[in-house]
Amino acid sequence: MNIIEQGVGPWLPDATAAPLLEIRDLQVEFRTRDGNAKAVNGVSYQLEYGQTLAVLGESGSGKSVSAQAIMGIVDSPPGFVTGGEVLFKGTDLLTLPEEQRRAIRGRHISMIFQDALSALNPVFTVGFQIGEMFTTHNGLSKKEAKLKAIELMDRVRIPAARLRVDDYPHQFSGGMRQRIMIAMAIALDPAVLIADEPTTALDVTVQAQIMELLTDLRGESNMGLILITHDLGVVADVADKIAVMYAGRIVEQASVHDIYADPAHPYTEGLLASIPRLDMKGQELAAIKGLPPNLMRIPAGCSFNPRCPYVQDVCRADPAPPLEVVPGNRRSACHFWEKVIDAPVA
Amino acid sequence: MPPSHEVILEARDLVKHFGIYQGIVLKRQIGAVKAVDGVSFDLHRGETLGIVGESGCGKSTLAKLLMVLERPTAGTVTFQGKDLFKAKNRELRRIRRDIQIVFQDPYSSLNPRMTVGDIIGEPYEIHPDVAPKAGRRKKVQELLEVVGLNPEHIHRYPHQFSGGQRQRIGIARGLALRPKVIICDEPVSALDVSIQAQVINLLEGLQEEFELAYIFIAHDLSVVRHISDRVGVMYLGKIVEIGDEAQIYDRPSHPYTQALLSAVPVPDPVDRDNRTRIVLEGDVPSPVDPPPGCSFHTRCWKAQEICSVDEPALVRRPGSDHPSACHFAEAAQIVTAHDV
Amino acid sequence: MTDPMARTSPMTSSSVVAPTAVHGSQVPPQPASGPAGPSSAAPLASKDKPRSLGSDAILELRRDPIFIVASILILFLVVMALFPGLFTGTDPRDGDLSLSRDGPSAAAWFGNDIQGRDVYARTIYGARASILVGILATLFVTLLGGTAGVLAGYFGKYVDSILSRLADIFFAIPLLLGAIIFLVSFPNDGGTSDIAAILKVTIALALLGWPSIARIMRASAIQVKQADYVQAARAVGAGNARIIRSHILPNGLAPVIVVATISLGLYIVAEATLSFLGIGLPPQVISWGGAISDAQNYIRQSPHMLLFPAAFLSVTVLAFIMLGEAVRSALDPKLR
Repeated sequence: MNIIEQGVGPWLPDATAAPLLEIRDLQVEFRTRDGNAKAVNGVSYQLEYGQTLAVLGESGSGKSVSAQAIMGIVDSPPGFVTGGEVLFKGTDLLTLPEEQRRAIRGRHISMIFQDALSALNPVFTVGFQIGEMFTTHNGLSKKEAKLKAIELMDRVRIPAARLRVDDYPHQFSGGMRQRIMIAMAIALDPAVLIADEPTTALDVTVQAQIMELLTDLRGESNMGLILITHDLGVVADVADKIAVMYAGRIVEQASVHDIYADPAHPYTEGLLASIPRLDMKGQELAAIKGLPPNLMRIPAGCSFNPRCPYVQDVCRADPAPPLEVVPGNRRSACHFWEKVIDAPVA
Repeated sequence: MPPSHEVILEARDLVKHFGIYQGIVLKRQIGAVKAVDGVSFDLHRGETLGIVGESGCGKSTLAKLLMVLERPTAGTVTFQGKDLFKAKNRELRRIRRDIQIVFQDPYSSLNPRMTVGDIIGEPYEIHPDVAPKAGRRKKVQELLEVVGLNPEHIHRYPHQFSGGQRQRIGIARGLALRPKVIICDEPVSALDVSIQAQVINLLEGLQEEFELAYIFIAHDLSVVRHISDRVGVMYLGKIVEIGDEAQIYDRPSHPYTQALLSAVPVPDPVDRDNRTRIVLEGDVPSPVDPPPGCSFHTRCWKAQEICSVDEPALVRRPGSDHPSACHFAEAAQIVTAHDV
Repeated sequence: MTDPMARTSPMTSSSVVAPTAVHGSQVPPQPASGPAGPSSAAPLASKDKPRSLGSDAILELRRDPIFIVASILILFLVVMALFPGLFTGTDPRDGDLSLSRDGPSAAAWFGNDIQGRDVYARTIYGARASILVGILATLFVTLLGGTAGVLAGYFGKYVDSILSRLADIFFAIPLLLGAIIFLVSFPNDGGTSDIAAILKVTIALALLGWPSIARIMRASAIQVKQADYVQAARAVGAGNARIIRSHILPNGLAPVIVVATISLGLYIVAEATLSFLGIGLPPQVISWGGAISDAQNYIRQSPHMLLFPAAFLSVTVLAFIMLGEAVRSALDPKLR
């Protein structure tokens, strides 16, 4: 298959107009003894070369599960991909046999996770683990792989890489371990890097370093970056466009400037109004009332309706509001997006 | 309600070193984790003192010391004139009514095998003179209402509630004995963003209603700014800067505070390309072996020779209108404030 | 190959593994459930009835086929132990030498033993001793070991050192060897009553079996002690007794219950072994071990004398192990 045999970056857009990565109407269901939960319920988004897409949502929104579906690592059972397409440069990954998906995983589409300590094997040196990417995928010798590992550790700005290549994961701090995980993820110059809450467990000073590293790396190789997070500050700093998820659906999609300047969905508006800001004094925190949704019992109509200040009867009845096109190259899944846009920003 | 000038809690030179031991039968101490290494501050009636710091700075240990859940290696904490660590059992029990705590993790701070009513009512069983048996149930239900929960859920178990609701139960438990001080140890860090605001608003409302003083410990600088009157910044077991909220956020004078503030991402993409960030070198040193002199000098861009020799005290400095533990303290504007 | 795609599991409770011998040490499951999975941002049931973890466990048990089978078997055996007369009218002590070693027949379903006694009747009556020893031994071990364990785990320091070293000493004594020494030192003579004999065996087993329960309880207590809700209780001024009673024990007992239930079967086997060796229950007390002992020299010629008591013994032990397994699954918070 062409996409599997393709070489390494920097990535240039293909002659075809297909976006680098696109998911269309993705559906993932979790089947448990207590019922079925639609963790991802018709999610579509696109990623281009050199672009940072932030998928923003809280727990239960389905943001992580949608990324796991792209990678093909959804915990199955109880999770099952029940519909949709995952198009990587035009080819639907969901139709590929597992062997080919494995060839793509780690090589062309890579992922980093929240907790680097448990993603790294404690009994092997970091040099060995990074080098493994080369010995297994590219057939390099151990020596060559180690040199590559040092090179990568330099690239992710681990000081004194040559001395530390033979250290074990527990000898590094949390931020350093995260860099090692990033090194492993970019080792084979993937076209897409998915970062699932990469800085949630890190201190804020380390978080800043890691986010800066990720954006620089993305800039160097022109790869696409999908950033999954709940942190509105990180997103504002780093993202080009944002997809906001709630209860398994995308409720708003727009460029980062549009979303923060003037949200078009009550959930986004509510979130922005409820977070305390470092640069503002004397604000009243306008909390979103109610509780996050129980995926086993998603309300009829718009899943946000029990908590929405704009709610009307139409919102409580099926079908759920579709992701409508809003002027300015944005989308919103709200019947009353115009009202939300017109409302003064908090 | 503005905080009064009356000091109700005083911490002086608090130190907590956890020994590291080696040996099989007879254990020798070969080192110590200097979790808290000389912390002093005052807490006034009705005020919120925020304590910020990153992981390993000792803020959780500080919380445990203030609650007398750990004994200090040195130092004192005085509450309304009484020395907490010298108090005898009965007196300590009496004092405990006035200082309570809310924990970070809503999943482990409630006994999963007790009903919510029993959890909130336990303080009354231990201090029966606060609530005679007859009126206890009513008091518990009132507390549930005060924190925004349905009083009819008194017989439910914790796992039947969401994270935010459990945190409210923890707050209700903290309020049961009508304390004067509540120590909030990262009370919203484990909650979803949309729920954090609810709990923060609740805490603020309760402070008004019950005239509480809070020691609000957190790593999220935005939350701390929002709720605090005064803020102390901790690094490696020490407070490096302390002042009121405007002083710390608008005019920070300690380099660590400045670096910390510059690292916080602001949820607004405007000007993001122009923002200059102070990036610190290296990692946080281990609390087992903190650097000599100023513990921050290994990562500080202002460091001079004196910094590795002479530990700077937390006092007013010429470059700052509030106490700062830096020989070269100089106020700088890191955060561009926008008034609402 | 190290998989960089490995994810953190949000739930990190570890489950109890069934011991292969009475002396095992386990890792207890975490008492509180971990952070939310994809579907538990809000509570699952909005039923009005409160659902404690205990009642949840019972609900789960009721649906578990292993539990149902095990319970029925155990119930059956308990009834057999309490009312042997319901199952057979024959006197198990009545021996007709002319029937010695006769195989199964219409008159004697399991045949006759070497003294001409009805094997079926002896098997039925033998249930009492075995099950009694099993239950009593487990009870004593749990009380003794549980108390030692919770005190050692909760108080730590000197109390822990002393109790743990004591446990180590007893732990080091092999079960059978220790039981043999104990029982030989307090021999049964003609005048020993049935109940005294049973108690002696029980005490012997309890003295040697308490360390394993103590260890589990101690580990459990240490883990529970660190939970925030225990700190919260201390912060409110709760004394040690209250904390142990209301917080440590209810949350720490789960692994102990599991191991105790499984060990029950193993104590029954231990008793049978001791009786087989001739030092457990005296011959006048009818037991499966004794029956197996009597039959050992004739395994080839008259297998029925050994087979039926042995089969009953195996099924009983299996039933208790299955029960323990089912209880472990039900109490394991990870599966919730």
